[in-house]
Formats: sequence, structure tokens, C-alpha cells
Amino acid sequence: MSLGIDAVTEAARRVLPDDAVVTDRARLRTYECDGLAHYRVTPALVVIPPDAEALAAVVRACHEHGVPFVARGSGTGLSGGALPHAEGVLVVTSQMREIREVRPDDQRAVVDPGVINLDVTRAATPGGYYYAPDPSSQQICSIGGNLAENSGGAHCLKYGFTTNHVLAAEFVSPQGDVVRLGTEAPDAPGYDLLGAVIGSEGTLGVVTEATLRLVRLPEEVRTILVGFQSTDQAGAATSAIIAAGIVPAAIEMMDALAIEAAEAAVACNYPDGAGAVLVIELDGPAVEVEAEYAEVERLCGEHGAFEQRLATDPADRALIWKGRKSAFAAVGRISPDYIVQDGVIPRTALPEVLTAIAEVSRSSGVRVANVFHAGDGNLHPLVLFDDSVEGAGDAAEEVSGAILDLCIEHGGSITGEHGVGMDKAKYMPRMYGEEDLDTMQLVRCAFDPGGIANPGKVFPTPRLCGEVPGRHQGPHPLQAAGLAEVF
Amino acid sequence: MATDLLEAGADDAVDGVAARFVAHPTTTDEVAAVVRTAASEGLTVVPRGGGTKLGWGPPPTSADVVLDLSGMDAVLDHQAGDLIVETQAGATLATVRETVGKEGQRLVVDETVPGATIGGSLATHASGPERLLVGTVRDLLIGVTMVRADGVVAKAGGRVVKNVAGYDLGKLLVGSFGTLGVITEAIFRLHPVPEARAWVTAPVADADEAHRLAHAVVHGQSVAAAVEVELDPSGRGTISALLNGRHDGVAQRSATVAATLGSAADVTAAPPAGWAAYPWGSGAVGLKLTCVLSGLRDVLAAAAEVGATVRGSAGSGVLYAALPAGDAEETSSAVARLRGTCAAHGGSVVVVEAPPDLERSLDLWGPVPALDLMHRVKDQFDPDHRLAPGRFVGGI
Repeated sequence: MSLGIDAVTEAARRVLPDDAVVTDRARLRTYECDGLAHYRVTPALVVIPPDAEALAAVVRACHEHGVPFVARGSGTGLSGGALPHAEGVLVVTSQMREIREVRPDDQRAVVDPGVINLDVTRAATPGGYYYAPDPSSQQICSIGGNLAENSGGAHCLKYGFTTNHVLAAEFVSPQGDVVRLGTEAPDAPGYDLLGAVIGSEGTLGVVTEATLRLVRLPEEVRTILVGFQSTDQAGAATSAIIAAGIVPAAIEMMDALAIEAAEAAVACNYPDGAGAVLVIELDGPAVEVEAEYAEVERLCGEHGAFEQRLATDPADRALIWKGRKSAFAAVGRISPDYIVQDGVIPRTALPEVLTAIAEVSRSSGVRVANVFHAGDGNLHPLVLFDDSVEGAGDAAEEVSGAILDLCIEHGGSITGEHGVGMDKAKYMPRMYGEEDLDTMQLVRCAFDPGGIANPGKVFPTPRLCGEVPGRHQGPHPLQAAGLAEVF
Repeated sequence: MATDLLEAGADDAVDGVAARFVAHPTTTDEVAAVVRTAASEGLTVVPRGGGTKLGWGPPPTSADVVLDLSGMDAVLDHQAGDLIVETQAGATLATVRETVGKEGQRLVVDETVPGATIGGSLATHASGPERLLVGTVRDLLIGVTMVRADGVVAKAGGRVVKNVAGYDLGKLLVGSFGTLGVITEAIFRLHPVPEARAWVTAPVADADEAHRLAHAVVHGQSVAAAVEVELDPSGRGTISALLNGRHDGVAQRSATVAATLGSAADVTAAPPAGWAAYPWGSGAVGLKLTCVLSGLRDVLAAAAEVGATVRGSAGSGVLYAALPAGDAEETSSAVARLRGTCAAHGGSVVVVEAPPDLERSLDLWGPVPALDLMHRVKDQFDPDHRLAPGRFVGGI
């Protein structure tokens, strides 16, 4: 163990209660992974600060001694973003979980980073409001983690992502300074640093309090489960709904294999023999929802729906969503191991890409179950394998990479909501050019010149701050060539 | 040539600061060439789109090269099925509206100043009434191409709405007044054009009534796309709500909102006068006031007390005020008074526009938290401080 970590441990002991400073090997190992369990690293030190002040003191010590730190909320992330650093500190926010204010009148809630996503909605509902971003893990994932990942969820099709729902934050910089970003009112003057921090996966600092925007509960919600023979039909129905000018709160698709898994796990009673189902949710003023519902029903029928089921009560609605939201875990019922992908494609490329994924699956012999946010083209292919079979993991990894390549080829993204983390850092150069990544690195260097905040995540090989690659000196070639002149 | 630095004319002055050169690039590569030339000569650069908001913010400390992007006016790609549009920065909001409107779609960005461009709207983070439901350009921007101070071209985001790969540079560029880089292309999320629209407008007697009615609509369930208020210095004025949707739905919902707003409420198929326009004319002091919704009453009352006319998005907590131009001391104390009230309600006051002599004597931005981090970002992106120098917070 390095001298640095000893010094940080000592500093942590000065500001934290004994049980909030974890150095015992066995206890450290319980933090060795996040939701992406095939990456495991035991941290050198775990701290569980009770408040921002103590957290900042630990970060300050890290800064003084050049020790890396990684922030962790509930540890549900699916890209290894909270994977610990072997020589670093894991800063766990699970003891910072107070909902400080819920103010429906202002449409705001002020919460600690360890607060569970769904608890914000629970606290806001009596006042007629809710917190819109709803990742499938919302029963256990933390708001701090949501900010780090810019989490989405099924309803972001209509309501946007975490970044559209955070107004202000208390933030601990990698130097250990506590600063306010944004204001409770919209449009704080100055650069939108909060916009840069949200989704930066803990590489710019740690949020210790967030002011969230609450959204009015809709007058009417209709959840519809629609069975189709094929994903092509379901995809065509999705496009027709969007083309009709309807913006549903959510349109989710599951293919036959994903349905099979969900049935096995939670008996969600989806239509028998469906090659694909859509879960469509419409919300808003009752009069508008009624009209949209009639149109959606008609369009689904026209595109081959053989069964349409409207949830008639909250229990029905919950069961429909349970099938969808449990899909990842459910796949464990039909396969010992799986990789969840998170690629995004333009919605119109859906049929083509699904066909290509099926082809990759067929030629490799690796099964792929498809669950996705059809409305915004965010795919979650579940690549199934058995790690006890030699080479199966590698084959699955290869299929997984091929799927990301398909997304990039179609002008999409390697991640729609799970983040880049450790898992997809190596794919970043396929999506962005060297100059693009270099420019993002400028932000990193502004916030964290020492490179101690969650190093090794998001970017494959970050340059050191202070290096200035490719900065042009002397006259530009165009000017030298006479193509541009200074008059 | 489009990359040449031509001698600037009097019209090229930026907020009273004379320019030396002007360039008229038409592509991102040409912008990069001009910026590289400026870099090699140590020249400062101020981007200009339609030139409609060059008076916003403090004048630059220097404007060696005005980068005129109005020739970069092409809508590059409209994918109706994916509800996205890709445009050059100099395209006007009107051009974009016309192009995507052909497919029944729209970019939900109000044209608050006639002739405004995409780039200018992004750089100033301008917004209007319809920010209430969909947010601002900040929320609709999904991909951006920029030219850095060193002339390097970089992209962030992409062509899909959902994308969390890498840092969201677009967020940093929005509202940065050209001080971090030159925005040359942008990709936005679009929305369908609603089948029907209706405005419900009612008179209000004072700030208190405006507050109560705005809250009644916002916390109701009619899902108004905008809730606007307009009050003169006497405190009297109007409140208006916009309903978007289907014919039947809009008819029913506007009737509900009209009932909420009182017996004098009027439902119209066209916007009330002044809709989406800032309340100040030339020569007046234009302010942007923000607050959380519980602060509306106090902020509206404070604005009336200092003699300001207010118009703005009551439902969002973003108001604009026109302060008659007084002497420096009067204006400064009025701004300070409003800053106190807005800050007490979680917001701020920015002096958007003012006559040049007043602009010099006023603190335009007010207190800005995390200013040190902002300077560090600026120093990384533009170490020589050549992009729109002096136009932003803290002298950035």
C-alpha cells in the first residue's frame, strides 16, 4: 500500500466515525464491483461519509496526496463506472440519503446523492408531483448515480433525461472545494458547468446535493400491451405512431426471447406466441389521451397487432411494467450469463439493425434477446452465454462489440443511458475522432488537472493535462499555400 | 475567398467596438481556416450570426476579426422519421421552421428576435414562452460541431436523441457567448406541429393576481405549453396560456383554463400582441429575471416598484423586464433591488442589453457561483483569450 493511501486513511479517520472508514480486506471486497459484475477490483480504502463536509475532507486529502478516488452511490451502474481503483479510495454516498425539501409549489426537490430515485417520486406524489427520470433500477439506484450517468428510463422519450431535470447542485471538485453549480431557478448565469458534470461519470467531481425539477402528475395514464407476430411489425407500428405526431410517454419493445425470460421470472402474462410486444404508455390531459389511445389502437391494428390489452387498473399497469422492467434480471432465468448492451440507433434504422443483429446472432451461434426503448431507438440487446463453456465469454464479447459497431455505422451511439464507464471506453474512438476526444479532455483538465477523479473511465487513453497536442504554430498551411490571406 | 480576412466596415462593429477584419466563411472547414489564421496572427475573433443580439452582454474588449456566419445558412439534413434536423449555425430559425414544417414538424425554439439564427440562439441561450414543456435550446440540442480557438474542429453528441457517450460539450457551449469556441453546425430534436393551438388571455389587476393565476394554471392538469405574464409599472396587465393539442382537446382544455383565469378570459386562435418578444425597445435597459415559482409575486411586485415593464414566462420562472434608461446610479440601484428579490427566490438578474454608457457602469451578470471553475474551463479552451474576449461573466 502506498504512502498516499495511508495519509488519506489517516485524514479520513480524523473526520469520519470508525465504521465509515473501511480498511478490512473482507469488507473492502464487498465493494469490488458495481452492477457490471464481471469487472472486479478491490479498492485500497472505502469511506462512507455522512455529509458533504466529510466527503470534501477526504477528497482534499486525495488531492494533496495524489490518490485517485471513485464515487459510488447504490452501485447499480451497468458500465463499470463505479468500479474501484486498486490504489484508490471508493467514496460511498449511501449514508447521505436525506430528502431535504419537497416543494411542489416550486416544482423542486432538494436531495442528498444517496437518495433512492423512486423515493423522490414517493415523497412528491402526495403534492401531485413526481420525478420523471425512471431508470429500470429506480427502486435501488441513487440520485447521485443518476446524475453521474445522466440516467434515462422508459419515460425519457417524452420527458427527457436526468440532465433536463436538475437545476442546481452542491459539488465537491477534485481539489476538495465545495461549490454550488446552477441555481434553483432556471438559466443560472455563467457556463453551464452542471450540464458538463451531469453524465461525466464521476470524472469531474462528486455531487453532494441536487435540486431536482418535479413534474406534475398527469390527469390520465393509459398503458397498453400490444402483441405482434414479429419485431418488424412492432417497429413499423412504432414508426407509424411517431409519424402520426403522437409523443407517447414511453414505447418499449421486447422480442420473443426477452418475453420468454420475463414470463419465466415474473409471470407477467404477456400475449401467448408473440414475436414481439410493445408496451405503450400515453399520459396527459384525459381528453388528449383518449384521442391518442384511439389512434394508437388503430395504428397497431393496421400493423398486425393480434392482441391489444389496456391496463384497467394500477395492478394491471404494474404487471405490464414489471415484465419490462425486470427483463434484464429475468434473462438470468434462461441463461447463466449475459452482457447488456445499450447502443442507440436512429429509430428509422430499427428494422435494418434488428435484422443485422439476428444475422450476427445466427452466424455466431450466440443468442441475443432484445429489450429496448423503441421510441428513441435505444437498444438493450442481451447477449446470452455460459461462462463455464470455454470461449463462450469471448464469443459473447465479440457479438456485443459487433452490435455496437452496427449502432455507430447507423449514426447512433455506443450508449444511450448506461454510460461508457470501464466497459465501453475502448469503443469511444470508434464513435469520436481524436480531436473530439481531445476537446472533451479540455473539460477534464479544467476540473481535474491531476486526473484523480475516477481515472481510467470514459476515455481510453487520456492525455496528461498540460500537453497540448496539435496546437498550431506559425502560419496555417492554407495561408502558406496562398488559399487564405490576411489583408 | 470565403476564408479571406477582408477589411471591416463600420457596420461590423460589435456593440460599439470597431472590428478590423471580417470573414464570410460558408463551411466548418472555412471557419477553421479563418480561426487558424487569426490564431497564428494573435487576432481576437467574435462570431456573428444574424447580428440580432450583438448588443447582448458586455462589449468585447477587442474584435479584430468578425466571423460572419450568416452565409452558413443551410439546413443540412432533416430526418422526419427520426424527428431530427441538422443545420449550419447561420441558418435562421425562420428557415428551419419552414424546412421542417413541410413535414409537419417544428423546432420548439421561439423566435424572440426576428432574424435570429441557430448559432446566435445557442450562444446567447435565448428562449421564449414555449420553454415551459420542452425546455430551451439547451434541452433540444443533441449534437454540435465547433471550431476551437486553435482552429481544431471538434464534434460532440450525435444524431440520436439518447446518447450519454462522452462529455456533453453542447451544454457548455449553450449560453457561452462565443467565448469557448465557434459553433458551426448543430443537430436538434424536433417535435410534431400540434393539430390545434389556442391562447387564453385574461387581465390581471396586480402582481398578486398574476401570481395566483399562473400557479393555478401551472399546477392544474391542462398541460399548458406556455404561461406568460405581462405587467406594466402600475402592476396591471395580462396573463396568457398556450394550449397545444388536438382540436377537441384544445377546445376543452382552453375552456378549462379560461374558467380558471376568470370571467374576462378570452380564447383566441392567434397569439396576443407581443407574444415571444422581449419587452424592451432600443435605448431601454433589458433585464432577465429568474426565480422559483413561489417567488413570482415578489419579483413582479419589485419590478413594478422600480418602474419596469415585465413580460415573460411566469410558468417557468423566467421573466424579462424593460427598465426605462435612467442615470447610472438609478439604474444600478434598481438592478440591485431586483437582484436582492430574485436571489431570495433562488434566481438571478442579468442585464441583457443596455445603452453603451450604462453598460459600462453596470454589473451586467451579477454574482456568479463557481466562477473560478469557469475561468479554468475558459483557460483550457481558449488559453490566449482570443474568442469574444470580455463578453462573458468575470471578464471572460
